[in-house]
Amino acid sequence: MKHAEHRASEPPCQDCLVGFGADKIREDFPILWTKVHGKPLVYLDNAATTQKPRSVIEALTRYYLEENSNIHRGVHFLSQVATQSYESGRTRVRQFLNAAHDREVIFTRGTTESINLVAQSYGRKFLRAGDEVIISAMEHHSNIVPWQMICDEKGAALRVIPMTDAGELRLDEYERLLSDRTRLVAVTYVSNALGTVNPVREIIASAHRRGIPVLLDGAQAAPHMPVDVRELDCDFYAFSGHKLYGPTGIGVLYGKADLLEAMPPYQGGGDMISAVSFEKTVYNALPHKFEAGTPHIAGVIGLAAAIEYVERIGMPQIATYEKELLDYGTELLSAIPGLRLIGTAKEKAGVLSFVLDGIHAHDVGTILDLEGVAIRAGHHCAMPVMKRFGVPATARASLAFYNTRADLDALAKAIHKAIEVFA
Amino acid sequence: MSDLRELYQQVILDHYKRPRNFQKLPCATCHAEGHNPLCGDEITVYLHLDGDVIKDISFQGAGCAISQSAASLMTTVLKGKTKAEAEELFQKFHDMVTGEGETPDPMELGKLAVFCGVSEFPVRVKCASLPWHTMRAALEGAEKAVSTE
Repeated sequence: MKHAEHRASEPPCQDCLVGFGADKIREDFPILWTKVHGKPLVYLDNAATTQKPRSVIEALTRYYLEENSNIHRGVHFLSQVATQSYESGRTRVRQFLNAAHDREVIFTRGTTESINLVAQSYGRKFLRAGDEVIISAMEHHSNIVPWQMICDEKGAALRVIPMTDAGELRLDEYERLLSDRTRLVAVTYVSNALGTVNPVREIIASAHRRGIPVLLDGAQAAPHMPVDVRELDCDFYAFSGHKLYGPTGIGVLYGKADLLEAMPPYQGGGDMISAVSFEKTVYNALPHKFEAGTPHIAGVIGLAAAIEYVERIGMPQIATYEKELLDYGTELLSAIPGLRLIGTAKEKAGVLSFVLDGIHAHDVGTILDLEGVAIRAGHHCAMPVMKRFGVPATARASLAFYNTRADLDALAKAIHKAIEVFA
Repeated sequence: MSDLRELYQQVILDHYKRPRNFQKLPCATCHAEGHNPLCGDEITVYLHLDGDVIKDISFQGAGCAISQSAASLMTTVLKGKTKAEAEELFQKFHDMVTGEGETPDPMELGKLAVFCGVSEFPVRVKCASLPWHTMRAALEGAEKAVSTE
């Protein structure tokens, strides 16, 4: 709560909020007009998935109406159009990440598949018995389980960077965990359960001093802040389209070209080969080596439209606006008696995770839903985080740039109702 | 608000805040653990069987108001019942919270009828039925133990 008190002396900048025009932006998201249980929808489950602007929905429709075809193999007109759209989507993602080359952008089904790709491909080739992989105490299950699987297979060990009661990583402990046995560091940029923004630059620099590559789980970072993979100098960066206002089923793995070149394919099939005989297969070059089978072409086109949309607003503007919104929400919730915020790091993005005295998170979730307020209640696919804070579950409100102060007021009001019911 | 009060009836809130028979049964002849990974609800049901009769029943656990009050009310209802009667109540309770089958007679369900609102909340059905499934597993475990002897 100290953080909230500190912020209380710096009221959010009204001008910035007004200038941002979230009310106008909301018009681009038709689903936000939905009524739930007779009340206007207050959508605060953006860390689970974001809503899609009309331009993304229209890009998907346009593709299926006008361009649908398979890519990379047809000589006919539509195939060339679809290939062009798909590959220009890759360029759009490369620019979004400020990666050096298009071939460093691999399309996957989502963050989970991106991490599994690295675990299975990089891990299979470079992990040996006795080696170690370092993750952190605040990882989503998708950045824990793939590493457990490959470590079990290889006789390698998983090491975990602990965190403080505020939900900040213990960098001193991290330094102690790094050793000659460490083969990879895989950490989340922003915690989905706590909202903590991790000091990834320091984490990467320390690992690189020992020549250890670093994977960043960017699922919760990509929607909230500008990302420059070359400035960060991360070796891998994974994110999902659907948390960035794009379609589900499409995600990205960025990897430095030399690492991706050294890694074996993840899946075998069409498009990832350049020649196949029963004796020997020659694999295709990057990025196709890692994209077996017909990809989610429409998903890439939708993701490109989503990136175009957020870039029109501006990622720095989004970050500033959401920070103000988060500070407002933090202040509002901190003032509610019996409410405890889980995750009070100094640097946070997009997440208000909390528990209420004497009311289980699922009851909070149900009562809020009846008030039209959509939040997530549960362990947020981060059971070790729940255990660390000694709670079975939390209620989590998570923000997007189309949220307003009125949404947070509605949240606080609904929480008061829950307290009233259980009084 | 009416939906809200239908789900969170006073009896439910009362059993949540002051659960009955919330203890480990020292003389338990069987017990089973139930877990709802989606919510993190956890429950252990203890039974003291005397032949076919549930002589005593208790539970321990942590979770939402629906799961904990359902467990508490279940223990008050099942004490003294036979296994067959417990099975019959299980079915009736299950039909009520899932909204499946014929609408059970509220008279037959007695106090358990306070959970009728749950059927309007599909994601909460598992919370209400978890203690009952756990009780049944405990009974079945006991029967299995008997059959192996």
